[in-house]
Order: sequence, then structure tokens, then C-alpha cells
Amino acid sequence: MEQSADSSKTASGRPLGKLELFTGFAEMGLFGFGGVATIARHIIVDKRRWMSEHDYAAVLGLGQILPGGNIINMTVMLGDRFHGPLGSIIALSGLMIMPIVILLGLTLVYDAYAANPDVRAATIGAGAAAAGLVIGMGLKMGRALRLHPIHLGFAVTTFVAMGVLRLPFIATIIVLAPLCIAATWWMRKR
Amino acid sequence: MISDSPLLKLALTFGALSLVSVGGAPAMMPEIHRLSVEVNPWLSNAGFARDFALSQTAPGPNFMMISLVGWRVAGFAGLMAATLAAIIPSSIIALIVGRLYMRFSSQAWFPVVKDALPPIVLGLIVASGVVTAQAAVSDTLGFAIVIMSTTIVALTRQNPLVAIATGAIIGLAAGRLGYL
Repeated sequence: MEQSADSSKTASGRPLGKLELFTGFAEMGLFGFGGVATIARHIIVDKRRWMSEHDYAAVLGLGQILPGGNIINMTVMLGDRFHGPLGSIIALSGLMIMPIVILLGLTLVYDAYAANPDVRAATIGAGAAAAGLVIGMGLKMGRALRLHPIHLGFAVTTFVAMGVLRLPFIATIIVLAPLCIAATWWMRKR
Repeated sequence: MISDSPLLKLALTFGALSLVSVGGAPAMMPEIHRLSVEVNPWLSNAGFARDFALSQTAPGPNFMMISLVGWRVAGFAGLMAATLAAIIPSSIIALIVGRLYMRFSSQAWFPVVKDALPPIVLGLIVASGVVTAQAAVSDTLGFAIVIMSTTIVALTRQNPLVAIATGAIIGLAAGRLGYL
């Protein structure tokens, strides 16, 4: 990275230790119900002031256009900025450790009671609700994006390819992503 | 044969997915479903819906559904193999690109790519929801719960756990009343 003089310091100018890096990300993992995005911004920008709003938005935006979850990518880049690749590993471990322990705990408890008719009925309800949650999240995102009709066409095409025709993901992305980038480039040029 | 090892299969399957997983886990559900229900005999449709609900109930990053698939296939070793395979390839790209960021962000193509990907990701996420719903729903009641949960999340600022808890309670009540 072409580091400006203080890019390895936090927004408030102090250094960020490895332990704080770990505990900060552990906090995000532990309290990140329904995804980590909201709590991550709160901890990194407001509470611990590791990065300015602007810097954080830039790292998250870059994380969004790369493969992998944007939060995972942000975690890798933020860890690297303060402590190199070791920092990435520390930050990722902090983010993942509690959620994995909790998920395993939930799964073991669930499996122990899975034969119970009440648990089985509740699970069917929860499974349907979890699916609806993803659709709702998509609709919310669609409303916030205010897409140009051409972009809306790409969103609908992607949905049909994956959700209706059930085409393989890799083939779909390799065809549609470059086309959408080309269309966006053309729209901007006009 | 080495390629018969479930751990290697998990690692290769989710490692390859990691390299192209634009939009992260919420966008990947149709592919995770295809890979773990249709291509590989790792989960049934009902098992997929169950594990997706479990992974949404725990805190943390969304991709832990993959960790749970690993756990179902090969216990703790499977969980580690699937989780690391899902993280490492994309993280190496993020590490390299993060370091080149200063050079990239001033390039003319950067904002173009940044504008072009959200529509694709949006299509992927809605497809994820629909495919997951098809795996989870077998009757009118299930369909009604999907609509209820979609509405709560799309129209309110409630914590997503509220939607899952409501679905669980409706399911429980329906079961007690003999509808399930």
C-alpha cells in the first residue's frame, strides 16, 4: 500500500494494538445478529474510532466489488493496514470465533431436540421465515438503489438465470457481470 | 481415490465458489443449495432449510451456512475445511487488491465497476431468497410465513431475528393445532 504517513494509525491518531484488533472484531462477530454490517460501522467508526467514516466507506466499497463477503474483505484489509497479513488473520479470527462457537452450540442443542414435534414445527416456521428474510433484504436493497432501467434489466436477468432457470452461478456471473460493466460504461459515456 | 475424500471435496467445492462469490453469502444461496443438495448428497431440501435457519439465528457473518454444511458432512474437520475454503481464496485477493487500492481508486474503471455490480448482486440476493423458500416451503402455511417475513424485513427496521422468531412461533402454534 502506498501509505500516507498515518495510515497505520487510527482516525484518532493512536496506534491500534493486536489485542484491541482481535477484541474489536470479536465484539462485531458476537453482536452481529442478522449480518455484521451495521455493528461493524458502529464499532469501527463511532465507538473505537479506528477509521474515519470516509476511509471506512472506501474500504467497504472496495470489499463490495471483490469476490467474498464485503465484511470479510473489509476485515482482511483493515487488519492488513494495521498489522500486515498477521493483522488480517487476527481480525478474521476475532470476527469468526464466537459466531462459530455459538452456531455449533445452537446446532448441537437443536439436534438433541430435533425429534420433538414442537421443535420440528417451529423449525419449519423458522426456515420459511429465514427465506423470507433474504427476499425482504433484497427488496429493501432494490428500493434503496433506485436503479436505472438498464440496471433493473440486469437485476431481473440475474434473478431469472439463478432463481428460475437455476443456471450454474459461475457461468451466470462470467456472462452477466462483464455485460453489466460494459453497459454501465456506455451509460456513463453518453 | 483421493478425490473421494469428503474434506477435499468440501475444500475444492467452496474454495472455487469463494473465488467468484460476488455479493457474498446472501447472494450465494442458490449455488450453495445446488452444490450441497443437487450436485453432492450433503443435505436434503428440508435439511438445507433447517440449517439455513440455524445459521441465520446465530450472530456473525452470513456465510456460516457453509460452515454448517461442512459440519454436517464431516464433523469438526469438515466445518474447518469448508470455513477456511470459503474464506482464504477471496481473502488473498482482498489482501492484494487492498494494497493496490491507491492505484486502483483513481482509475476510470473503478467507479464503473462499483456502479455495475449492485444490480447483479440484487438479482442474486432475491434469487437466493426464492430458492431458499422453495426448499423450506411445502404448504400454504409455509408460503404465508415467507410473505410475513418478507414484509417485516422489507417494510420495517425490526431486527431480522424478530422475523425468524415470529416464524418459529407460528410454526409451533400450527403444529400444536394439528396443521403441520
